[in-house]
Amino acid sequence: MTVTEHERAFITSTLSESRINLEIESDGMTLNLGPQHPATHGTLRIIVKLDGEQIVACEPTMGYMHRGYEKLCEFRTFPQVTTLVNRIDWLSHFANEVPFILAAEQLMGVEAPPRAQYIRTVFFEMARLGNITLFLGEMGLQLGAMTALFYAFRDREHVLNLLEAVTGGRFHPNFDRIGGLKDDLPKGWIDETKAVMKKIRGFCDQMETLVMGNEIFQTRTRGIGVIPKDVALGYGLSGANARASGVDLDLRRDNPDIAMAWKHADFKVWTHPDGDSFARYWVRLQEVRESTHIIEQLLDGIPAGPIMAKVPRIIKVPAGEAYVQTENPLGWMGYYVVSKGDLGPFRVKIRTASFNNVSVLPWVAKGLYVPDIVTVLASLYFILGDIDR
Amino acid sequence: MTALFALELSYWQETVLKVVGVLAAVLIPAGAFVQLFLFKMVSHLQSRLGPMEAGPHGSLQAIAEVGKFIQKEDIIPERADRFVFKLAPYVVVMTVLLVYLVIPFGPDMYFANLDAGVFYALAVSSVSVIGVLIAGWASANKYSLMGAIRAAGQLIAYELPLVLAVVGVVIQAGTMNLQGIVAIQAQGEIFGWGAIGNPFILTQFVGLFIFMVAIQAELTQTPFDMPIAESELITGYMTEYSGLRFLLFFIAEFAAVGAFGALAATLWLGGWYLPGLDFDANYMNVVGPIILFAKIMLVAFVVFWVRFTYPRLREDQLQAFAWKFLIPLSLINIVATGVLKVVF
Amino acid sequence: MSAIPGLVKGLGVTLKTMLKPAVTVQYPHVKEAPAPRARGVIALKEENCTVCMLCGRSCPDWCIYIEGHKTKAPPRRAGGKPRTVQLVDRFDIDYALCMYCGICVEVCPFDALFWSPEFEYSEPKIADLLHDKDKLGEWFETVPDYVPYEAGSEAKVKKVPR
Repeated sequence: MTVTEHERAFITSTLSESRINLEIESDGMTLNLGPQHPATHGTLRIIVKLDGEQIVACEPTMGYMHRGYEKLCEFRTFPQVTTLVNRIDWLSHFANEVPFILAAEQLMGVEAPPRAQYIRTVFFEMARLGNITLFLGEMGLQLGAMTALFYAFRDREHVLNLLEAVTGGRFHPNFDRIGGLKDDLPKGWIDETKAVMKKIRGFCDQMETLVMGNEIFQTRTRGIGVIPKDVALGYGLSGANARASGVDLDLRRDNPDIAMAWKHADFKVWTHPDGDSFARYWVRLQEVRESTHIIEQLLDGIPAGPIMAKVPRIIKVPAGEAYVQTENPLGWMGYYVVSKGDLGPFRVKIRTASFNNVSVLPWVAKGLYVPDIVTVLASLYFILGDIDR
Repeated sequence: MTALFALELSYWQETVLKVVGVLAAVLIPAGAFVQLFLFKMVSHLQSRLGPMEAGPHGSLQAIAEVGKFIQKEDIIPERADRFVFKLAPYVVVMTVLLVYLVIPFGPDMYFANLDAGVFYALAVSSVSVIGVLIAGWASANKYSLMGAIRAAGQLIAYELPLVLAVVGVVIQAGTMNLQGIVAIQAQGEIFGWGAIGNPFILTQFVGLFIFMVAIQAELTQTPFDMPIAESELITGYMTEYSGLRFLLFFIAEFAAVGAFGALAATLWLGGWYLPGLDFDANYMNVVGPIILFAKIMLVAFVVFWVRFTYPRLREDQLQAFAWKFLIPLSLINIVATGVLKVVF
Repeated sequence: MSAIPGLVKGLGVTLKTMLKPAVTVQYPHVKEAPAPRARGVIALKEENCTVCMLCGRSCPDWCIYIEGHKTKAPPRRAGGKPRTVQLVDRFDIDYALCMYCGICVEVCPFDALFWSPEFEYSEPKIADLLHDKDKLGEWFETVPDYVPYEAGSEAKVKKVPR
């Protein structure tokens, strides 16, 4: 691939500017929240230019965790890609598989049977539970209340055990298949799940009292890192980050044609007008509660039937392109799958939520104090694997 | 104190005994706090078990930690000011040891009975700020220095509510002698009812609240631990310290919990005296320290309970809280105490 | 109740948790049994393997090493032709590479590979994580039976060929 003169000049100027940011400390100090840092969730490097205590400029440098997913997908078959794709956003494991499988099913013209759709949606919501309960505890940790994190891990364990009982894997279920699911639910699982949903709701109440209701937490998060609605839409924020800025966007409700069972459940989309860090925490807390209700409703109404549609044993997806996006726990995740009729995809483009969520950081960080950037990072909630793939 | 054992000791023998006694008085609570509160209590607060392998139920973990710190390599940064770098931990530990000198453990169990005991204790505990500052300066690390300056700012800001809260007690007691304050609480009466004496917690509860908040900040515990838990400062002024030097800072921190807890117990909770016991008896010289230790544990429990529950305040919010809320509140407390003292 | 500040209620939460027993399970003194479907280790039933190489080809990591040879087996009925069968010489799974995805187990058409919930096989040397045919056969003893399904499922419970 040749680079034009214009592109070369742009790349050189950006590189040289970033070097200047590091070496010359003209007015103010340049701080490197380096790749290894307790505040960033993984290997994110944030170069921050300070004027006293306030931030003048901020630049996140991503790519320390780039694993070459899109290239890897070019050389693997569809089941193998499903396995790999679990690991993009490792906390919401199953939710990564779903849009990819749905895109492949669109190309094949297959739809999963209703029972499979219901169970897929239940697992999707359980991925949301596993992910966001961790966030509720982890934001407390970033702000100093380390106890909250332990409660999160303790109660999240139940969700992981449920997942292990069905799929065999706690973190990477690898359960979705083109045409349905790998296996059906074991006996007694539905009752166990309902009991766990009650525990998760109890955990949400605990977090509400321990973290959200704490006046110190509120002083640290109210009014910090306000993202107005137009800026949120402009940067492509999605998920709870956008909803906390007042954007009423939820693909579960707004995208009913997708082959999942959200249309069979009655749920509320929570928004908050403030757009500050507290709003982002509040919205996610309500979403966890709402997810437990969705799971209970779906499990009550689960239809009997087969778990897999009639698909050939060796799957060759016909040629074509399909793009499917879903409301993942971190935001919108989309897969653009191009197939040439082989055993595996020709090209997969992965649109992840955290990439956009982090890109708003330079805008938000202006004028903040240094301790506040930790709050904002924690409340934006990204996973490095999701940013870098 | 020597009258206790009916011994005739010369001055230097008595001094040696007092030095050993102070070291024991400092290290035992420090070790107990680390083991019980830092390892076990926080673990159960967080729904886990904590260390269980070293000794039965992990009871020897603190000793294992001491052994670990002692055998570490002694690293001093190349550009650090060697003498000051080595001096800083000892300054901080020394101030804590000096506070324990005036705390009465029993009717005759004290290391020094100063008439201005309260004044001395508060003055000497402020010297630890110097230790923090020189630790940060001598580390030759930009971020340690920033952390040390922030810590110094916080510690100085919270000295004022600390002192003003104690002033209320001194007004009510009428003396600065700690042994005298214990006596007044033991022998006082509440409107003529002398069964439980007159512990100052009943009337000076505002002062106790302010004192507890102020010691939380003096000990740089959450919610006031921005100097140590700052995301870019690692452990602030202690970053460059390793091994035994770090252990000294650590011991100083936990012994300071004990020192301030002892002050709180003596000034508000009645000290080494428990109502119903004979004030002047000789056996109180053995029972008194145990009672005081129990009260110190109670105060320390509250300190650590708050520490592991709350998130931390930002530096400017912390300062605003001290200057705009705690100091006016403590001044109102002093005025009210003075008025009520004259009236009653 | 709303008049009690959040600070005090938060203290109540931690105190209540402190008074309840801790949830920690002290491994290795106490061991929790994983679910029957847990993906711990892959077991091989050598008699069923026909060296079709489907598992080796479908592994995303290419961690299965298979070698086999053809041989003649006696005819099923008297007077018939001898049949050609494939016998497996080498069947190694390198657990240092294995992603525990389960595609090999799923894809095997002859019921030769099974999941077992055993997970305590870590080794000090990474080369020892290459389990050969005999070791994989030993794991077969630990394979549990398939669990019954939830009501409403049309799937039939398979049987593990012992």
